[in-house]
Amino acid sequence: MQVAVLPRSSIGKKALMAVTGAVWIGYLVLHMWGNLHIFQGQEAFNHYAEFLREVGEPVFSYAQVLWIIRIVIVFSLVAHMWSAWELYLQATRARSTSYAVKRVVQANYASRFMRIGGVVIILFVIFHLAQYTWGWVTEFDRADPYRNVVIGFSNPIIVLFYLLALASLGLHLFHGVWSMFQTLGLNSRRFDGFFRGLAVFAALVVPLGFATVPLAVLFGILK
Amino acid sequence: MRLKLRIWRQKNAQSEGKFVDYKLDGVSEDSSFLEMLDLLNEQLIDRNEEPVHFDHDCREGICGMCGLVINGIAHGPKAAVTTCQLHMRVFKDGDSITVEPWRAKAFPVIKDLIVDRSAFDRIVQAGGYISVNTGQAPDANVIPVPKEQADRAMDAAACIGCGACVAACPNGSAMLFTSAKLAHLNSLPQGQAERFDRAVLMVNQMDAEGFGGCTNIGECEAVCPKEISLDFIAMMNRDLLRANLMGKGKR
Repeated sequence: MQVAVLPRSSIGKKALMAVTGAVWIGYLVLHMWGNLHIFQGQEAFNHYAEFLREVGEPVFSYAQVLWIIRIVIVFSLVAHMWSAWELYLQATRARSTSYAVKRVVQANYASRFMRIGGVVIILFVIFHLAQYTWGWVTEFDRADPYRNVVIGFSNPIIVLFYLLALASLGLHLFHGVWSMFQTLGLNSRRFDGFFRGLAVFAALVVPLGFATVPLAVLFGILK
Repeated sequence: MRLKLRIWRQKNAQSEGKFVDYKLDGVSEDSSFLEMLDLLNEQLIDRNEEPVHFDHDCREGICGMCGLVINGIAHGPKAAVTTCQLHMRVFKDGDSITVEPWRAKAFPVIKDLIVDRSAFDRIVQAGGYISVNTGQAPDANVIPVPKEQADRAMDAAACIGCGACVAACPNGSAMLFTSAKLAHLNSLPQGQAERFDRAVLMVNQMDAEGFGGCTNIGECEAVCPKEISLDFIAMMNRDLLRANLMGKGKR
């Protein structure tokens, strides 16, 4: 009998998924909050963007903290997707024959949408990086993030795609946040209601916070 | 009642199965689902056809032998009952009913609607016991058990191992069963000595049997005839994570 049951068991992979998901929730909350600086105007927002590179000086040199965060979230995303893929394969092996008739009794839509929603989110992340980090999609000036955002979101189709991705994120969080506590064994009858509530809160606040920016541009509040 | 039945027929584990349609007349709405199948089988035997094979034993909802997926729901449309305790009055005259065996890689079909659930036995063998020296029976109440813990252990011990949780899970996961068997012993003082070894050993066996992982959707809890709670899965996760931090499970 070996000691290391965890990395090989499905529970270990799920724990990895929960921890990396928690990293992303933390990142998303900071990212969403930071985005709201755009409502303070062009100068404040561009100043905030520059701050993200200067943060941590002089202990860290220019853009070091930014790169550490980037490495951590990319690693987390890859680990999250790897566990999801491994568990998906294990599930398809375990249920190799499907039912002729199958009805869902109590599982909510969000919980059954996790895998598809995850794919929508990763496609969005790639598009989002291409648009606002690499500047491949819309007119881009690295020195003026405010202008990049306003130009980027003046296209209603792009805004629609962002809203679709945020809706997927909301569903992902609705199940994922509660599921995280369940998987890490922190849930119990006493706290179940609290964790469910926390998940609903996260699923509403994070996507709505993000959605304010593209909607404000689309409706001409930000110019 | 007159019913249209669509039943999974499979000669043995090796053969390919298929659905066969039957028309059944004169079903009493007071009969149980299994009595309805008995009626069908009597007619099949009269016609010199092979009767439909299905598992059953006590027929009072406590043994865990019976179990059919009825119209896409394990143990049928009524909550918190086994197939034998499902009565035909929940159906309407003229209904079509599709009957399938549990579907899981770890539960191979033996014949028709009977599946091999010995994977569950092996999970229990791996750690579902406490080690005690045999000899004189201990006096009653030597070890005090708080009421709350006794109730919790009893809730977990209510699991009859029917396998509906695995059948309902889209991932074919046995987490609810394994967690109930763990919680049943791990909630009591007598189970503490081997608590973390037990978690590792039983989870190891569960994975080795080819069950899937848990996505916390709760379909298992919804079909469980004994209403085993998802709480026990959280408890199992907690114990397994702690067991790994402590390096337990080495035998």
